[in-house]
Amino acid sequence: MNIAICGGRLVDPAYHIDTVTDVFIAEGKIAGIGRPPSGFSIDQIIDARNQIVCPGLIDLCARLREPGLIHKATIASETGAAAAAGITTLVCPPDTDPVINEPSVVELISRLTKAAGKARVIALGALTHCLRGERLAEMAALKDVGCVGVSDGGHPVTNTLVLRRALEYAATFDLTVFLTPLDTWLRHGIAHEGQVATRMGLPAIPIAAETGAMARDLELIRDIGVRVHFGRLSCARSVELMARAQSEGLQVTADVAIHNLHLTDIDLAGFDSQCHVQPPLRGLVDRDALRNGLASGVVGAVCSDHQPHERDAKLAPFGDTEPGISGLETLLALSLRLVHDETLPLAVVLERLTCGPARILGLDSGHLRVGGIADICIFDPEARWKVKTDNLLSRGQNSPFLGWELRGQLTHTLFEGQLVYERGNMPVKKAINH
Amino acid sequence: MNADNIQIDYQGRLLHFLSLEGLNRRHLMEILDTAESLLGVAERRVKKLPTLHGKTVVNLFFEASTRTRTTFELAAKRLSADVLTLNIATSSAIKGESLLDTLRNIEAMQCDMFIVRHGQSGAAEFIARHVKPHIAVLNAGDGCHSHPTQAMLDVFTIHRHKPDFNNLQVAIVGDILYSRVARSLIQALNILGVTDIRVVAPRTLLPVAVNKLGVKVFHNPHDGLQNVDVIVMLRLQKERMEGALLPSKQEFFQCYGLTEERLALAKPDAIVMHPGPTNRGVEIDSRVADGPQSVILEQVTNGIAVRMAIMSITLGNHARPAVVDNL
Repeated sequence: MNIAICGGRLVDPAYHIDTVTDVFIAEGKIAGIGRPPSGFSIDQIIDARNQIVCPGLIDLCARLREPGLIHKATIASETGAAAAAGITTLVCPPDTDPVINEPSVVELISRLTKAAGKARVIALGALTHCLRGERLAEMAALKDVGCVGVSDGGHPVTNTLVLRRALEYAATFDLTVFLTPLDTWLRHGIAHEGQVATRMGLPAIPIAAETGAMARDLELIRDIGVRVHFGRLSCARSVELMARAQSEGLQVTADVAIHNLHLTDIDLAGFDSQCHVQPPLRGLVDRDALRNGLASGVVGAVCSDHQPHERDAKLAPFGDTEPGISGLETLLALSLRLVHDETLPLAVVLERLTCGPARILGLDSGHLRVGGIADICIFDPEARWKVKTDNLLSRGQNSPFLGWELRGQLTHTLFEGQLVYERGNMPVKKAINH
Repeated sequence: MNADNIQIDYQGRLLHFLSLEGLNRRHLMEILDTAESLLGVAERRVKKLPTLHGKTVVNLFFEASTRTRTTFELAAKRLSADVLTLNIATSSAIKGESLLDTLRNIEAMQCDMFIVRHGQSGAAEFIARHVKPHIAVLNAGDGCHSHPTQAMLDVFTIHRHKPDFNNLQVAIVGDILYSRVARSLIQALNILGVTDIRVVAPRTLLPVAVNKLGVKVFHNPHDGLQNVDVIVMLRLQKERMEGALLPSKQEFFQCYGLTEERLALAKPDAIVMHPGPTNRGVEIDSRVADGPQSVILEQVTNGIAVRMAIMSITLGNHARPAVVDNL
């Protein structure tokens, strides 16, 4: 099907493009920008006037819960939610059940994703066998079936020797390593160590739980020369460590979860289990440093850290609840909130959601160019909507943002040239020839 | 968003008693005055008042307790309520039933008040947010967060000995980090206008930013106990030795234990308190625990009156719906 996206404001940070123009799509690829290729017949027109057209979003961390926890969500349900959120590529960490330890699990995920047909799922392989941190995973086999990287999947490797060798082995096969900076012994809390946790009597996670682990990892990386991505920074000192490492020439990158850019430990008031996340929501200073890190590029991507849960998982006293937020469908609007409140320019925010994460993954995507795959996100930057359980498609409705009024609403998502999501009231005009 | 204070109604009346957060001097004085008037009940030949006649009070204890549970039970009985005590630590929670399911089942038995003790901070508030509106919830200790009835019986006891809160010096000694008693007592004393509240502990037993709770921090009892009117010793759990917080009970006693010599640093008429159960020879010397300045047993007695007061106030406010303005 040939699609024309007409009259939209095309914003493509990869090529520093911000202009009103038309985009033409044929056979899953971008066939033309500005004007159609000769002989292009249009099957469908998407009226994108007053809307922004940008590359489909790339989310560096989304738990889809399948295989393993299908009572929480499935690949079909969550890729459907991703489509409704403008996200065309999702990175799935290896802590599924079974762990992404061998090619068959990657193939299973790939088969389920293709069957759903709503988004692309990139599986990260396990760094150590079963994520136990004891011996190496079969990284070469995982690379052969399409894993672009290997990861500790939120279970940091305690044994420094094992980690060092795992980094060396991954570097052998040119795999990017995705690490969670978290000290095994300091991690056993549920809230940021500070005044709020003290007042509420919640077991605290100090900042050193993150920075201590990160400092160790950075020293190993310095010796080995391996590409490492640190997922979900939560505090100011981590941003400083990252900036220094990057200025020293280490091949290290980082991302931040969108909720850490908006919420702080103060939001735990009333023991709101929707704010129970890992790493924890930290102080205002940390939130602002993360925003600055995102602005400067030290933090190269913002992700949803999507963790859908069934209702019961959050219905208990704070410490007995499961951490995590269902974040896919608020990712774009919460990112745009940083633009609306003049924290970051639009191009920077979109960069951190598109070509920024693509670069971290080593993928030639996250941009719009003639001949490239047509993963496209179209949104109305001004439309206001209220986050409610009945307008979330994800199986997990666990969100601290329920009730928030957000500005910026997705209207269309194209995945490999197919319209996989269209907001109800946006009529699509049929077959008009150019 | 859970930021609203659910324990008070829009007229500021107490519906639950979950923590001292958001309460004012008036709330606390109402409890102290009511408790004062109820203290006499125990001296009567028939130790009963009809206040809660026909009401059912359920003790929901997810954590072991003797003192708190029995004083709550007695308090409810002296107010003529029917009392049911469930030690859930040993029943359904172990069978895998969720807290909410346990709650719904007990709720179905037509109860009027839940008295909750739970190992997780925020558990009482969680229950209060999920029970039917006619049920009052009292917190009998949640994790390291709050133990507000204990704090009230402590300030009640202090008040009977030292009526002027404004010129009081109070030292709280020991495991502040894990102590819900300390957190609640610090809040209560602050609300009542006590300006000199001290915590005395090694740094391993103090939470970060503890000074932001409105206390002065001391690591040495020699300085911390100087001239105080009230010393509150906290119980030291054995587990603290395992978590690398302290080297040994002996060293703790040597550095922080309340001995007669240390007690002599305080004002001559200072009182010694302890929420119980005491570890003699760990945080307190027997001679002090049993000495003339100790009010530890009086605290237990006062606990019944204070809990009777809190029960009758909260259930009373449930029984009388808030007056609608501009009728």
